[in-house]
Amino acid sequence: MKVQVYVTLKPGVLDPQGKAIHHALEGLGFAGVDDVRAGRFIELEVADSVSDADLDAMCAKLLANTVIENYRIQRA
Amino acid sequence: MKTAVIVFPGSNCDRDMAVALRTVTGQAPAMVWHRETELPGGIDFIALPGGFSYGDYLRSGAMAARSPILAAVSAAAARGVPVLGVCNGFQVLTEAQLLPGALMRNAGLNFVCRTVPLTVANSQSLFTAGYKAEEAIDIPVAHHDGNYFADVDTLDRLEGEGRVAFRYAGNVNGSARNIAGVLNDAGNVLGMMPHPERAIDRAHGGTDGLRLFEAALGVLV
Repeated sequence: MKVQVYVTLKPGVLDPQGKAIHHALEGLGFAGVDDVRAGRFIELEVADSVSDADLDAMCAKLLANTVIENYRIQRA
Repeated sequence: MKTAVIVFPGSNCDRDMAVALRTVTGQAPAMVWHRETELPGGIDFIALPGGFSYGDYLRSGAMAARSPILAAVSAAAARGVPVLGVCNGFQVLTEAQLLPGALMRNAGLNFVCRTVPLTVANSQSLFTAGYKAEEAIDIPVAHHDGNYFADVDTLDRLEGEGRVAFRYAGNVNGSARNIAGVLNDAGNVLGMMPHPERAIDRAHGGTDGLRLFEAALGVLV
């Protein structure tokens, strides 16, 4: 089974990379972009026996740094 | 005195750190590979060196913080053994939750590699007792992810408890409150982005890092 994990910076945490991407988009002439936040997408292939609690622990212990990041788990 | 340098795949300041420890103690440190599960018996001081452990995969220091030897480092830290993490070592200590906060990409997005002026914010700790209060010192930095972040409550607590060891004299990488180095609550774990081991010999261009090692190791002699 495929599991998709989205790791994003918490609101309020400055995102210099998102800012640079924003500037680059403006430089390319794209108007109307108000903000850009960059994150990380991780895809796992797991056995059906892997529980939601297991997935949550994987995110909290390694895939995300919960000091600065939030995560969202989606079973595909 | 027994000192150890933890070596991860991708560490690149481990030998510089070993030279600093040998210079001050007169004895070569044990170089402990990250796959080990135990530190040498009777260990007195542990250093986590700079570098790019695991190629900075996932997040800087994230993989190293979950390597087998970190359990032994955490246990030693809990016993009160001094632990110094420099640069990538600081990132490992935050990822291992031995220190609060996180080190994010530099605000200017550039790798910063130069000698920077620092202020000694706490000259009472076992690592900084060789400096005068608010002393200005020069130590080199070389990092891409040195932008210290913690929530406001944590920053207030760190400052209130004297756990900010060093500050940048000016903005270097966007760090909250210009924090360059922080201590744990017991004061025996220090993480810092600047490299004191690169400032211990006049040939380095400065020796302001030497007193950190002398203080931290001298109390043990």
